[in-house]
Amino acid sequence: MGNIAVTAENICKKYRIGRAEESYRTLRDTIADVFYSPFRKLTGYIKSRSQRRKRGTTEFWALRDVSFQVGSGETIGIIGRNGAGKSTLLKVLSRITEPTKGFAEIRGRVSSLLEVGTGFHAELTGRENIYLNGAILGMPRAEIKRKFDEIVAFSEVEKFIDTPVKRYSSGMYLRLAFAVAAHMDPEILIVDEVLAVGDARFQKKCLNKMEDVGRTGRTVLFVSHSMPAITRLCSRAIFLENGTITSDGPSHQVVNLYLSDGHDTPASRIWPSPETAPCGELARLRGIRAVTGDQQPTDVAYINQTFGIQMEYEVLEPGHVLMPYHHVFNKENIEIFDAHDTDPAWRGRPRPQGRYMSTVWIPGNLLSEGTLFISSGISRVDIGQSQFYEKDVIAIQVIENLENQSPARGGWMRDMGGVVRPLFRWTTRYSGNGAANQAG
Amino acid sequence: MSFFKMPSENKTQSKAQLNNRIVRIKPSSGLVSLKLNELWEYRELLYFLTWRDIKVRYKQTLLGAGWAVIQPFFTMVVFSLFFGKLAKMPSDNVPYPIFSFAALVPWTFFSNGMGQASNSLVGSANLITKVYFPRLAIPLASVLVGAVDFTLSFAVLIGMMFYFGLTPTLNIVWLPLLIVLVIVTSLGIALWLSALNVKFRDVRYVIPFLTQIWMFATPIAYPSSLLKQPWNTVYGINPMVGVVEGFRWALLGTKTAPGLMVIVSAAMSVLLLVTGAIYFRSMEKTFADLV
Repeated sequence: MGNIAVTAENICKKYRIGRAEESYRTLRDTIADVFYSPFRKLTGYIKSRSQRRKRGTTEFWALRDVSFQVGSGETIGIIGRNGAGKSTLLKVLSRITEPTKGFAEIRGRVSSLLEVGTGFHAELTGRENIYLNGAILGMPRAEIKRKFDEIVAFSEVEKFIDTPVKRYSSGMYLRLAFAVAAHMDPEILIVDEVLAVGDARFQKKCLNKMEDVGRTGRTVLFVSHSMPAITRLCSRAIFLENGTITSDGPSHQVVNLYLSDGHDTPASRIWPSPETAPCGELARLRGIRAVTGDQQPTDVAYINQTFGIQMEYEVLEPGHVLMPYHHVFNKENIEIFDAHDTDPAWRGRPRPQGRYMSTVWIPGNLLSEGTLFISSGISRVDIGQSQFYEKDVIAIQVIENLENQSPARGGWMRDMGGVVRPLFRWTTRYSGNGAANQAG
Repeated sequence: MSFFKMPSENKTQSKAQLNNRIVRIKPSSGLVSLKLNELWEYRELLYFLTWRDIKVRYKQTLLGAGWAVIQPFFTMVVFSLFFGKLAKMPSDNVPYPIFSFAALVPWTFFSNGMGQASNSLVGSANLITKVYFPRLAIPLASVLVGAVDFTLSFAVLIGMMFYFGLTPTLNIVWLPLLIVLVIVTSLGIALWLSALNVKFRDVRYVIPFLTQIWMFATPIAYPSSLLKQPWNTVYGINPMVGVVEGFRWALLGTKTAPGLMVIVSAAMSVLLLVTGAIYFRSMEKTFADLV
């Protein structure tokens, strides 16, 4: 405890990418190199290589100067978009592929789980595959033997344990595979996105198992695309972008950064000088910000909590009926909803000159996770004339973490779809055995 | 389940030994060590890989392990008809069928090992890209798988010796060494071809052709005694020549004690294994990226 379990220093990994037909070096190339210039074999070789490179092979750095340390007993999440280098990093740390530069040091018995069911053979029975897969994952046979019953119980395939796995359903197959992996007993565990297997109930079981692993003082490096899983399991996270670490810190902060998707739209804007502010004949915008339920400025909104969008503006000419409004888009630029001022106090009532602040309250359990881009404006209601309209004036992250989970998930831990995630009322009526077809 | 008890219970791999280990990961340069100690640590995996291939080998076949015997046996029948009966090939004064079968038993082990092993790394791409272990275990396992077939066809060979009324001579004490020799030869060629195949997929097309040529370059259908000295000794450069003639000498008591020839073969075989292992290890770091 308190020791360093994993040290990575300036790890770089280079791949050569090229046209598909050049990715294999054929024997002919090598033989040609030797025969065309038998006395200048070496120079010929170098020449043909540089020619090959010119023909379209380029270098690609999957990892660039990646350095970090993981303390013993720490659970650390690695996040990043596809192709950011997450899997390459795990492969380097698992000794599957060598780094091009840099080094890493790992203290303790390490097991890596980059895939569930590696080496499963379709023709072998469940029982045989447990032993085979266990051996591949580096479990001594005595240990597998000891844990055998536990593994079978966890996988819930007792009845089919002596059936070849090719007869298994895909769910059974994955459950068995995960069960073996879950019973590894390393000091350091390196896990790629493998929790996304099975149904909701089994997933929960897997997550709990992972939590247990973390609690027993094991060091865990964990790659996932599931932000709730990261915030739930990891105290710290590393954000990889294009092969470099762009952020390393407490997981909720890093996750927020990841979800903000690199856009630089702020969560609040003010226009201190009236000259530059968006302005119409009758009204001028002075500021827009996102606020929490208790009016604190924020850039994140928890998925299950109310938040507000606050607009400050000036009315320049008295006597007109004005309506502030917001259009809310997600990052795919789909318009999720429009919010028009519905405050009964100002409905149809001409506004006096002066400063105003209008807040629209957006309830929790309405939106799904992700970035919201707010476009705001004020219209004159009687003739339907816009005073000003600012596109994408602010952005806010709707996030979900361990403390603030969407109840609309119904316990589901994987990705959920939809631009909104409202909490609906569900009812289920059980009609007893044998009356299953009766409509409920 | 008897197969779970086969190798000795593992006591050497104690927890304490594993716990305080430090793994350093850095780019390798220059000559790499063979890391045989690591292979030893992973011997259980080697055992399971071999066991898996044996288990799976004859699944869903009608004749099952019968194929292990059918293959060399019918080759022997064909050879006996064409070379023995029609071409009247000399057979060192033993009946032609057993003369050729004694050679086919080690040859089948070698040629199957070569065929299986050369594709073994490419066929295990899913393992290589997902799990770390000494890659040597893969071609090693696919050569060792042949041990079952070898044992079965060897039993048939013993049966044939009874049938033809041949009693083994004292030379039989050399048989274990000759078996080691065929394993070493198979392994040497397996390491070369499996590693080459990762980079050059041409190997796949070379194998059938190589097996055929090699078979005729080895005295299976004919005796090496057709060659006069010193060519008979030079012939030993093909390591399978020493193996095949050694088997005949040890089991059937053929006249030609292949002393010098076997020594040449053994030297070649060791050379093949050592260079194969070095080439394999130097290519190993690229396997996961190329396979």
